[in-house]
Amino acid sequence: MIAVQPALESLTILIAEDSAADRMLLSSIVRRQGHQVLTAANGAEAVEVFRLQCPQLVLMDAMMPVMDGFEAARQIKELAGETLVPIIFLTSLSESEALARCLEVGGDDFLAKPYNQVILSAKIKAMDRLRRLQATVLQQRDQIARHHEYLLNEQRVAKAVFDKVAHSGCLNASNIRYLQSPYALFNGDLLLAAFTPAGDMHVLLGDFTGHGLPAAVGAMPLAEVFYGMTAKGYGLAETLREMNAKLKRILPVDMFCCATLLCLSFQRRSVEVWNGGMPDGYLHSLATGKRTPLTARHLPLGVLSPQTFDDRTEVFPMALGDRVLLLSDGVIDTCDDGEQLFGVQRLQALFAANRQPDALFEEIEQALRDFGGVARDDVSMVEVSLLEPAQLNPPALVYSDSGQSCPLDWSVAFEFRAATLKRFNPLPYLLQLLLEVHGLRAQSGALYSVLAELYSNALEHGVLGLDSGLKRDASGFTRYYQERNARLDQLQDGYVRVHLQVTPQGEGGCLAICVEDSGKGFDVERVLERPLDPVRLSGRGVSLIRQLGRNASWSDDGRSARVEFYWKALA
Amino acid sequence: MTDTHLDPDVLRALQEVMEDEYPTLVDTFLADCEQRLQLLKQAGDATQVLETAHSFKGSSSNMGAIRLADLCHELELQAKGQNLPGIEVLVAQIDREFAFVRPLYEEERRRSLCASVTARR
Repeated sequence: MIAVQPALESLTILIAEDSAADRMLLSSIVRRQGHQVLTAANGAEAVEVFRLQCPQLVLMDAMMPVMDGFEAARQIKELAGETLVPIIFLTSLSESEALARCLEVGGDDFLAKPYNQVILSAKIKAMDRLRRLQATVLQQRDQIARHHEYLLNEQRVAKAVFDKVAHSGCLNASNIRYLQSPYALFNGDLLLAAFTPAGDMHVLLGDFTGHGLPAAVGAMPLAEVFYGMTAKGYGLAETLREMNAKLKRILPVDMFCCATLLCLSFQRRSVEVWNGGMPDGYLHSLATGKRTPLTARHLPLGVLSPQTFDDRTEVFPMALGDRVLLLSDGVIDTCDDGEQLFGVQRLQALFAANRQPDALFEEIEQALRDFGGVARDDVSMVEVSLLEPAQLNPPALVYSDSGQSCPLDWSVAFEFRAATLKRFNPLPYLLQLLLEVHGLRAQSGALYSVLAELYSNALEHGVLGLDSGLKRDASGFTRYYQERNARLDQLQDGYVRVHLQVTPQGEGGCLAICVEDSGKGFDVERVLERPLDPVRLSGRGVSLIRQLGRNASWSDDGRSARVEFYWKALA
Repeated sequence: MTDTHLDPDVLRALQEVMEDEYPTLVDTFLADCEQRLQLLKQAGDATQVLETAHSFKGSSSNMGAIRLADLCHELELQAKGQNLPGIEVLVAQIDREFAFVRPLYEEERRRSLCASVTARR
């Protein structure tokens, strides 16, 4: 705090003057004006007195024996450092050159002989004001520095907390490359990635409105929903609805989060996309060289009410090595010296010039550096590639219970009807139920994948009557998912039944999954005749189920599917 | 007559500032002057003359010795010009001027002492 100082503060003033009479006279004048006086008869003495007693102001004769006033002034200024100790030169010097020298060595003013009391008093007051101004400036500078340090420390702590929340992420997976400032969190940029129980990968690139702590505060709940729901096996739609509802509830009206959410399925070789308010992402097909823009089709998260929120996603097929590039608006809005934007066209020129897909990421980074001159801290980019599932190592799930209460002999049946099929994804619940059986936990990925295939086959081909043949090529793939959404919206009746049966077998056990639907069924013989081919876009579900599960069979003209899982005694 | 040698306004102001210490100030000044005159007379080179003349000028002007200050300024200029005959002439003039003002200052000192004694009664 800055104390209000009295109008005239008593100062300690050093008088350095070799002439005894002048020194005596000046001391009396200064003392009469209410100040404490220290005296020195030459420059060397003056420096010594200053060192020992730190006077606040110095009256200094220029010409003195032993050490002259110029040298003494230089040394005193050096000793004083940042503190302003005004030095008024006492002089009958008349040449401008000598006067200039007084200022060059750090003098602040002159006082000519013979001394004039009024002028001396005025000069001391003026110098005192200057001295206090400097002290205030230093004090405030230090205060600002302390506050800045404090703020940085707060950000460090907040970042550490956030990193704990986000610890389960898989941004270091071998198929992900990303560029993000360590303090992006405080620019509102957010990048999250996690594996689903089935081994799919969810990726979110978000950009909160606002900066600093408010932006970071919104990131915490968003990350928790993302990681929590992804780990439990929820799909993009449910996760998006939850994230939107949560942000809508907690954020002020002018704050929201632009976001692109991806689900990369390594098994199905497809990517599901939802883009709310982010710049176009790009799906790059290596085979054709084509880049499909992943355009924003929705309002950002946290804007719409849960009732009006649109969770519809788009699905695109991918081949091995194909990649998705997402970027924040910091990339496109990077400015050069002339306030010109980097822009989408320059980005697309980079795409066109790119020869080595693996080098594109660095090429964009380099181009941004060349263009903007300085590195911005709100530039975030992420590139995700589609690899063979075996090339990725999803982390093993961690379970906290001991296993003593594990259920081993039970069955359960569900029937999900039209109104439920429209909105509700039962898979996470089914999976959680099954993972209570410890013996199944080691196979949770396969289990989830098979459950997901059986359920989507029953829903899409059975209840909705979609022809998987549509998915033969890329454009049909897109049409297929558009049609799926449209038919689901209009669904009036139909059902999917799931029957689970767990039976103990010695030390191990067996799970039988049976899924039935209300659809027309399909020609089981013909589908099963096809060789097990994991690469074709259509009919992959059946291959997958036969590969991952045991004794897969279809009955009732394909309306009923059954598959088994076995486990042995736990080690 | 004394006005061209001593400035009475300056003397009055000095007395006001110094109060009881006025006589001591006068004594100190006269002692300073004698010391400087000796230095001027024995000076080996123009630089030494220049420095001495400069501070002599400063304290003379502070003490209201107008003519003494003027002569010292003149001496400073001669010393700067390395004009040795000019220096000699001026040192002699300064010597004479000091001899003239010295009794005036001593009188001033006596008067001030009496006044302060009277004032205390």
